[in-house]
Amino acid sequence: MPDARLKTIEGGRTSPEAAQAPLLMQARKLSFCPNGKPLVDTVDLDIREGRRLVVMGANGAGKSLLLRLLHGLLPPSGGEVVWQGKPLDRAAMREQAMVFQRPVMLRRSVIANLQFALAVRGIGGTERRRRVEEALEQARLGDLARHPARVLSGGEQQRLALARALACTPRLLFLDEPTASLDPASTLAIENLIATAHARGITIVMITHDKGQARRLGDDIAFLHGGRLVETGPAARVLETPNSGAARAWLEGRLYLDDLSSTPSPTP
Amino acid sequence: MQDFGTTLAEAIGLILLADGDLIEIITLSLRVTLSAVIIACAIGLPFGALVGAFRFPGRAVVTVFLNALMGLPPVVVGLVVYLMLSAAGPLGPLRLLYTPTAMIIAQTILVTPIVAALTRQVIEDLQTEYSEQFASLGVGPLDRIAALLWDARYSLLTVALAGFGRAVAEVGAVIIVGGNINHVTRVMTTTIALETSKGNLELALALGVVLLAIAVIVNAAVMALRASAVRSAYA
Amino acid sequence: MFRRQFLSLALAGTVAATLSAGLSAPVAAADDFIIVQSTTSTQNSGLFDHLLPIFTDKTGIEVRVVAVGTGQAIKNAANGDGDVLFVHARPAEEKFVAAGHGVKRHDVMYNDFVIVGPPSDPAGIAGSSDIVNALTKIASTKAPFASRGDDSGTNKAELRLWKDAGIDVGEASGDWYRETGSGMGATLNTGTGMGAYIMTDRATWIAFGNKGDYEIAVEGDNRMFNQYGIILVNAEKHPNVKSELGKSFVDWVISEDGQSAIANYKVDGQQLFFPNAPAGS
Repeated sequence: MPDARLKTIEGGRTSPEAAQAPLLMQARKLSFCPNGKPLVDTVDLDIREGRRLVVMGANGAGKSLLLRLLHGLLPPSGGEVVWQGKPLDRAAMREQAMVFQRPVMLRRSVIANLQFALAVRGIGGTERRRRVEEALEQARLGDLARHPARVLSGGEQQRLALARALACTPRLLFLDEPTASLDPASTLAIENLIATAHARGITIVMITHDKGQARRLGDDIAFLHGGRLVETGPAARVLETPNSGAARAWLEGRLYLDDLSSTPSPTP
Repeated sequence: MQDFGTTLAEAIGLILLADGDLIEIITLSLRVTLSAVIIACAIGLPFGALVGAFRFPGRAVVTVFLNALMGLPPVVVGLVVYLMLSAAGPLGPLRLLYTPTAMIIAQTILVTPIVAALTRQVIEDLQTEYSEQFASLGVGPLDRIAALLWDARYSLLTVALAGFGRAVAEVGAVIIVGGNINHVTRVMTTTIALETSKGNLELALALGVVLLAIAVIVNAAVMALRASAVRSAYA
Repeated sequence: MFRRQFLSLALAGTVAATLSAGLSAPVAAADDFIIVQSTTSTQNSGLFDHLLPIFTDKTGIEVRVVAVGTGQAIKNAANGDGDVLFVHARPAEEKFVAAGHGVKRHDVMYNDFVIVGPPSDPAGIAGSSDIVNALTKIASTKAPFASRGDDSGTNKAELRLWKDAGIDVGEASGDWYRETGSGMGATLNTGTGMGAYIMTDRATWIAFGNKGDYEIAVEGDNRMFNQYGIILVNAEKHPNVKSELGKSFVDWVISEDGQSAIANYKVDGQQLFFPNAPAGS
């Protein structure tokens, strides 16, 4: 879908264009407070079709929790997740996929890991064979197809995890720091796979701490601080001229303690 | 009494001679024990996996019970099975008392809780690793159980081994329901008990060494299988 | 794919299990065998190993012996879990028949009880043939005595002898009087280990393989007579009893053939049991 790609390149810089893309998913006053402590605090967020949203923020800001709430892996304590105008349900989850920071590999061969993901979605026969072939080729794991997935290197495992997620042809792909523990070459391979997925029109929501990666892969940035969404906007703008104190401090590599009620603020 | 070396020599002598009676006793021991372990696995693996993989009300209670049942006293199990299978008992008409089937039943009752309780632990640990990925993939309950059992297969082999160990060494239950009848229900452990009561301690000890050897062979075989699985990261 | 593998695995397992369980069923279904509830003394002395093949050769009937204490053997038979009862506790046997569980009781054979003890002979009873006197000495010197304590025929006979001596062993239980709650062999193993006197039937003692330095201390008192009886379990009370097969065993044991087979059984040249079934019964 060349259209989507074109739009992306333009859309990376301009926010009006982002608003034009149709709404795919919405978080409305989304909260998650185990034991009464708000770890995700009344977050409102729009996710638009075909866009790449990068979620950033310090450790413990609630990024991973937010992704899990959006994907339906955790039940929200308050608010709701809306998928195409309707509450998130199992059918909606099947149109999404997620890749975790540490890839979860079944204790089986590479090819069996791919087959499993497709089998649980009821995809069999020649269609499954075709998609497995494609995924192996995409992840460049054809030679390792019959190897146990858990003897692969970290980079290979993450490629397989991503290919497995993409084989399910999701409309929305969540990525939780997919390159956090990878070397530069493996990181590049993963980024290329993400770019390919986006080129096919897949909407992407990803967490990263890497500013360069956010610039390369993000159309928009959502910045979390202490469970709250403190800033959203086009990636280039947020990275260059952040509005919020939290984002500014984080991007400059400072510890930002403002409005963390448990700690007294050291700066005026 | 003779020293241990002489005893060992006698045991090896017995095996080398391939004494017909001894072969019969070993064969019956293995048949009864393996049957009990297989049936216990057929029940205990899925049951343990269910308890390990799902949250439901009363789960903690079930877990405590399963773990407690691992310590079932064999004699009590033997007595209960005897009362069931006795001609005066509810299952008397089946005429299973003093048959190998009765011994299989008693051992199955002993081994099933062990298999189920250990399976629950193994599956719960694996479930912790897989749960988010499975939820993300939308894996249904049946597929989840099947996948967890299959992926834990090498750990579950060890579980089956624990059950085998308990069953093959058990004497209290099988002597009550089997009756230790020569050529019919006499197994390794009841033979050892009999020879001990005859004061033939050397022979009893020699048979014990044979029993140990069988247990070692079975364990070594399973562990070799598991080791190759560990090398290929399937376990 | 994985599911099919798993299912076939489970299926194979279940099939194998059913098969192996099923294989044992024919053994139970074959009807040309009887179950004899008997005592450890007849089994441990090797008498059955000598007797049964002769009977089976002759009749084709397989005899399966469940050897437990007399008390438990009688209870098992009263549950209908046996075709023939072959034990040694006459009063209990007569009660069994009177309650309708047995058809008729026949005397089969006897041997005698002996007291065995360590060579140090702490009670000074070695060589005695007066059991009451010997037991009194054991009690007064508080020499350790190991009792079956399991309601077996031997145990019943022993308790009767203590009573004859006017000694309440219940009071001494746990002190010098030690109840093992086990079979004859186990009690011999335990008793010899703790240097205690033990009352045992002569047959078990002769065949026992772990005597150590123990010797017979008291023997020859006719109060230590040990009578064995055989009873066909009553099919009117327990319909699953194989009366015909059971009766042919009982008849053979008390026949001239059976009696001489008993007399012929010897260990180390010693006759262990003395047949005394009334002739022509």
